[in-house]
Amino acid sequence: MENLPSILTPDLGLLFWMLLAFLVVFVVLVKYGFPAIISMVDARKVYIDESLRKAHEASERLENIKQESEQILQEAREKQTLILKEAAETREAIVEKARQVAREEGARMLEEAKRQIEVEKQNAIRDIRTQVAELSVQIAEKVMRENLASDAQQMSLVNRFLDDAFSVNPN
Amino acid sequence: MKKVRYISLLVVLFLSSLSLYASSNEGDNNKELDIPEIVLEHLSDAYEWHVATYQGKHLSLPLPIIVKSGDTGEWYVGTAHNLPNNFFFDAQHHGKIYERHADGTTTRPLDLSVTKAVAQIWIVVAVLLIVFLSCARWYKKVNEKSEAPKGFVGLIEMLVMYIHDDLIKPAVGERHYKRYAPFLLTVFFFIFTCNLVGLVPVFPGGANVTGNINITMFLAVTSMLVINIFANKEYWKEVFWPEVPMALKFPVPLMPVIEVFSIFTKPFALMIRLFANMMAGHAIILSFTCVIFLGWNMGVGYGLGLNLLGIIMLLFMNCLELLVAFVQAYVFTMLSAVFIGMAHKEHHSAE
Repeated sequence: MENLPSILTPDLGLLFWMLLAFLVVFVVLVKYGFPAIISMVDARKVYIDESLRKAHEASERLENIKQESEQILQEAREKQTLILKEAAETREAIVEKARQVAREEGARMLEEAKRQIEVEKQNAIRDIRTQVAELSVQIAEKVMRENLASDAQQMSLVNRFLDDAFSVNPN
Repeated sequence: MKKVRYISLLVVLFLSSLSLYASSNEGDNNKELDIPEIVLEHLSDAYEWHVATYQGKHLSLPLPIIVKSGDTGEWYVGTAHNLPNNFFFDAQHHGKIYERHADGTTTRPLDLSVTKAVAQIWIVVAVLLIVFLSCARWYKKVNEKSEAPKGFVGLIEMLVMYIHDDLIKPAVGERHYKRYAPFLLTVFFFIFTCNLVGLVPVFPGGANVTGNINITMFLAVTSMLVINIFANKEYWKEVFWPEVPMALKFPVPLMPVIEVFSIFTKPFALMIRLFANMMAGHAIILSFTCVIFLGWNMGVGYGLGLNLLGIIMLLFMNCLELLVAFVQAYVFTMLSAVFIGMAHKEHHSAE
């Protein structure tokens, strides 16, 4: 034991200083050194996990939104075709109705015009008749002044002429 | 270009060893090179820190000597130069301070001197505190949302988390590891830094700390205390009443004796492993350094050949020691962690 190399012999002084040094390192590092690093790494790990989870959720939500929007788009497209179809039908109906109305109106106006024409014609014929009668009487007067002596004879002759005229043209 | 650099480096090394040889020749002529003595002297503790020898002059850093006289009970604080007369460096006990009593007997006084190893330990403490407190200060400035650190802080974080997550956690077990992680991390970084600083060949490093059995004994005893003081009931039951056939534990308590013995052999193995590895590493590197001087004593031809071999082996051993520095710190921490884990056995029902 006495002559062992000094690195193999116990040395109280070295042990004392080693204890002191180790305690200093232990106390300081355990209080200020390691917890700072480990807690930060743990916190970072939690934060990264959390972020991953959030990103995952967000992408899922995005997927949902995409599906929803597609659905909405589909619905809108269907509605659009429906509306277009309805609009076309309505247009047809309106045009049809307008045409109907126009036709009726046209017919009515035609009828009106016809009646008007008829009335005008009647008036014209009546006018012509009186004028013809007057003209005939004037002509007949001139003719009869020379040929007929009696009034009775003259009137019967005139009537006969008029009846003839009317039998040829009853209007 | 790289090769040229290597070759020039080798030439410089040759030249420097040549001049060293010359200077040592000047100092003490015809003195045989006693390699074991040189190696042992470098490995041993000392009361001063020998920095360099230039042209026969020793440049040493005096370290404070603190001794308590066994006769008078007085403390003496000073350097080696003005040591009181009753104390002397005993050459037969590797130059340790001894006290000469009035009756002619000599005893070892209470010696709390700051020796080379102690000074080296405090340098290691300073390095550890500076490194970790500067890292901790970096962490104060950021929160968990900022980026992971880069550079030196990133390296320390990686190392700490590697030991914490990949060594301590699986070895001690998920349930208890948080309680022991600070202790084990301190042990790891203390040993690792001691080993690394011990590899630096010039002044603020190079002292043999973990290759001194006092240091490894202290670390092993600390581990033993931590293992056994915080051990649970199940562990003590396994020690004194293990689940073995009755014949092995009843009239003659064979298994309990073996188990109690193993409480002490485990830290003992830790102590010897770290000590032997680090001491051997230092010894081999020193031996190869001595081979360079030895070669020049034998003549130029031997000198060139041996120097080449010596330098190559020296470089190789230094690289190897760098690895060993890490591995030994790792192994010490891992085994301590495993033993702590074993002291927290879960109760297992008889399978």
